Amino acid sequence: MKKLVLATAVLAAASAAQAQQTVKIGMPLTLSGQFADAANQMLNGVKTYMKMHGDTVAGKKIEIITKDVGGPAPDVAKRLSQELVVRDGVDILAGYVLTPNAMAAGDVSAEAKKFMVVMNAATSVVITKSPYMIRTSVTLPQVMETFGTWAATKGGLKQVYTMVTDYGPGIDAEGAFQSAFKAAGGNVVGSVRFPVANPDFSAFVQRAKDVSPQSIFIFIPGGAQPAALGKAMAERGIDKNITRVLGSGETTAEAALKSMGDNALGIITAWHYDYMSKAPLNVQFVNAYHQVAGGRNPDFFSIGGYDGMHAIYEALKKTRGNTDAQALVDAAKGLRWESPRGPMMIDPETRDVVQNVYLRKVEKVNGELVNVPFDMVPMVKDPAGERRKQGKK
Amino acid sequence: MHFQGLTRWRPLEVVFWLCTLLPFVLTPSYLSLASQIAITALFALSLDLILGYAGIVSLGHAAFFGFGAYTAGLIAKHYWTEPLSALLIAGLSAGILGYALSHIVVRFRHLALIMLTMGFGLLLAEAANSAHAITGGADGLQGFRVPGVLGFRFDMFGRTAYAFALAVLFLCFLICRRIIHSPFGLALRGIRENATRMPAIGAPSQAHLRKAYTIAAVMAGLAGAVLTQTTSTVSLETLSFGRSADVLVILILGGAGRLYGGILGAVIYMVARDQFSGVSPQYWYFWIGLVLVAVVMFLPNGILGGLNAFYKKAQ
Amino acid sequence: MLSSAAGVLFDGFAYGMLSVGLSVTLGMMNFVNLAHCSFAMVGAYATMTLVGNWGWPFLATLPVAFIDAAVVALILERIFFRRLYRASDLDQCLLTIGIVFISIAAYAWFYTTEQQSVRIPDWLQGSWHAGALAFAHYRVFLIVFGLAITALLIFGIERTRWGAQVRAAVDNQRMARGLGIDVDRAFMFTFALGGGLAGLGGALSIQMVGLDPTFALTYLVYVLIVVAIGGLGSIGGSFVAAIVLGISDMAGKYYFPWLGAFLIYLVMVGLLMWRPLGLFGKR
Repeated sequence: MKKLVLATAVLAAASAAQAQQTVKIGMPLTLSGQFADAANQMLNGVKTYMKMHGDTVAGKKIEIITKDVGGPAPDVAKRLSQELVVRDGVDILAGYVLTPNAMAAGDVSAEAKKFMVVMNAATSVVITKSPYMIRTSVTLPQVMETFGTWAATKGGLKQVYTMVTDYGPGIDAEGAFQSAFKAAGGNVVGSVRFPVANPDFSAFVQRAKDVSPQSIFIFIPGGAQPAALGKAMAERGIDKNITRVLGSGETTAEAALKSMGDNALGIITAWHYDYMSKAPLNVQFVNAYHQVAGGRNPDFFSIGGYDGMHAIYEALKKTRGNTDAQALVDAAKGLRWESPRGPMMIDPETRDVVQNVYLRKVEKVNGELVNVPFDMVPMVKDPAGERRKQGKK
Repeated sequence: MHFQGLTRWRPLEVVFWLCTLLPFVLTPSYLSLASQIAITALFALSLDLILGYAGIVSLGHAAFFGFGAYTAGLIAKHYWTEPLSALLIAGLSAGILGYALSHIVVRFRHLALIMLTMGFGLLLAEAANSAHAITGGADGLQGFRVPGVLGFRFDMFGRTAYAFALAVLFLCFLICRRIIHSPFGLALRGIRENATRMPAIGAPSQAHLRKAYTIAAVMAGLAGAVLTQTTSTVSLETLSFGRSADVLVILILGGAGRLYGGILGAVIYMVARDQFSGVSPQYWYFWIGLVLVAVVMFLPNGILGGLNAFYKKAQ
Repeated sequence: MLSSAAGVLFDGFAYGMLSVGLSVTLGMMNFVNLAHCSFAMVGAYATMTLVGNWGWPFLATLPVAFIDAAVVALILERIFFRRLYRASDLDQCLLTIGIVFISIAAYAWFYTTEQQSVRIPDWLQGSWHAGALAFAHYRVFLIVFGLAITALLIFGIERTRWGAQVRAAVDNQRMARGLGIDVDRAFMFTFALGGGLAGLGGALSIQMVGLDPTFALTYLVYVLIVVAIGGLGSIGGSFVAAIVLGISDMAGKYYFPWLGAFLIYLVMVGLLMWRPLGLFGKR
């Protein structure tokens, strides 16, 4: 009996010592279901970073453990995050495509005191769920409020009709855009919300056309919908020279452009990343990504994963491999770097992402449809986060 | 005398329930999963009551699960965080919803019944999405936490969660067991076998079905509430068609109409899913699909049904 | 006002047409085939691959989509489904759900989860404008095509000897066998036909709703609704149901957008409570 206890103790110590040479990162992702593609792209971004920068940092090997959450299921996300901590002994929690999942996991990060990197979930309030959390993706107010202000000022638009999908991000985007647009002197002439799984937009576009607004603002999730909406607009004869069409980056993502074809020409979007950017860092990233993802192009899910890994690597370098949550989050605060998307920073006070917001227009370049950037608002902080800060003061 | 014989506990049953205590000792890092299995088992048991015993095929049972879940969540958010009282209220309110719907549901059979139950489930899910001011919509209900029950904390190790879920499951199981072996339960089975003949021998079938449907709704609501309280989260997923379909698959897998089918199905399905998902997080559903196909081809009437047939052959 | 009404009516037709082909197996065979949209996916991916990778013209891929899906349906019928014709509904449900899971995983493996699209010929893009009305070319095409297929089906089933044999086999197996009808053959062909139609429908719908491996599950609910409202065993019924649903969905979204997704479910619940056997159901 004593021998058994001793043997077990030695084994445990040995594996603990072994484990100390590895930094385990647990990533609960929506690898099946509707959001599987987003999760896969994010994972590819993570793998690309590791391919380009090696899998060792500060003398420790990086190990990624993924789990499938299946969809918007906070109870599952919470349990998987707990299991990653308790069963698999991870040092860092990362990933989180969807807001409800990130929110639930935030509780685990706070309770178990684990550094957490949100690589996609874009609702502003997520960041408040744990003091050990940072975000490397984007927040909706960051882009949408900036867009609203730009549209009413530099964009020269006085009227807008908003059309968004009736779910969390859509409603947030609608609120953010409308409030900023109105604050900058614009007028919201009408609005409509689509049901979530809506495959056909003709009726809604017809309603918009009936009002004849100066511009239309759209927010819909990626997947099949942007193309369907683009087609609906073409079929209804919306002339983009008369009615400006404003959208989020997902509206003119790669698959959407391919499917919409020339119907996409003229759409103006505000977003933080485009894979077609010719910046040297991005070209390098895209080439490496092609090798990891079997020829596919990256998207904003990918860059969220990529920069999330960068933040982890840099923080670990600063703490010299110490995975204590407070040490890592302190190291991450104020971290600034040049990413394939452009310059970005982790806000030292809110721990949220700070980055450029690019204004782009869809044009034909060498026979290909491209989101051509023509304006930019630099280093935007999440306005909702700023308001929270002031509210506290 | 006759009924007393049926309600005597078989040794296998006793062993089974004792085994449910094993995870505390053998697999302490799996207790969160175990609590989820217990919750799903209760949900499946409630479906068995109406499907396996009363013959009502429902593709919208998650309506009650989610309704109980949100009730518990809203109580915790706006009123108090004591779970036992909230649990009872959640179960009762799900029961009231079940009772109301039962008046419509029991009038139909076959495909119309399936589609109506599905329709009600979808409508409720959509209503919850629209009422995002109350429910939090797609982001889920935020801003509440249920710290624990009877002085024990719900922590990330899941001990209290499993104990709580298991206790609720066992209690409801006892109730189900009594119901099934009672005259009411026999009448239900009679209705399932032959819906037109029962009124002829004096059993008012629609009233019986409504009662069963209501009880099933209460139990489903309790399961949902336990989920909310042990995880301090609620989302639209608890009301979703996906959850209704999942529990149906689980029940069929285990074997409907055999009391333990739902529990067995929940254990096997969720453990298999957990294990496959660990090995192949991106394609685990391929393996689950294979398991389902294999079970149907080799074990008709679910695992319990297949085992039963096997036993009979062996004798 | 009138122009919008006409536009809505027109669009309802087009949207509804997509569902017609997807109900033969469920309606006629009395077999709970939840894998129906998996067959649609087979056809859709076949078309997408031929157009995208091999440069085939879109229309030429449609027969291939049909045959592809029909063959897959046939194989599955021979191996699995025929053993379960007499099994309970629940078992059929479990089997076909298992097949759905396998199909989603298989396609995710081969094609990744990326959103796919097809290039349709130029003459199918764009729309005719008559005043304020817009008639999309592709939707007109869908209507014409859908009507033709439905007419063929109804003719085939109601008027030909083969159709009579199939109907006999489905209605009463023993009698049919007694009359010398090869029931097995009849079932096999009907299944293949149902699968093929699903594949065709899937290929046609890429342009409208996109394509990714979750297609097999996402549209299952709508298909079930159409069949339930149309009535089991009635192809014409499915056609009418698809139109009714398509129109009410369109009209709802245009006139009552705040009702959103409620409308289609309310319509279904209402119609089923009024006619539990469906609009044209026989059983």
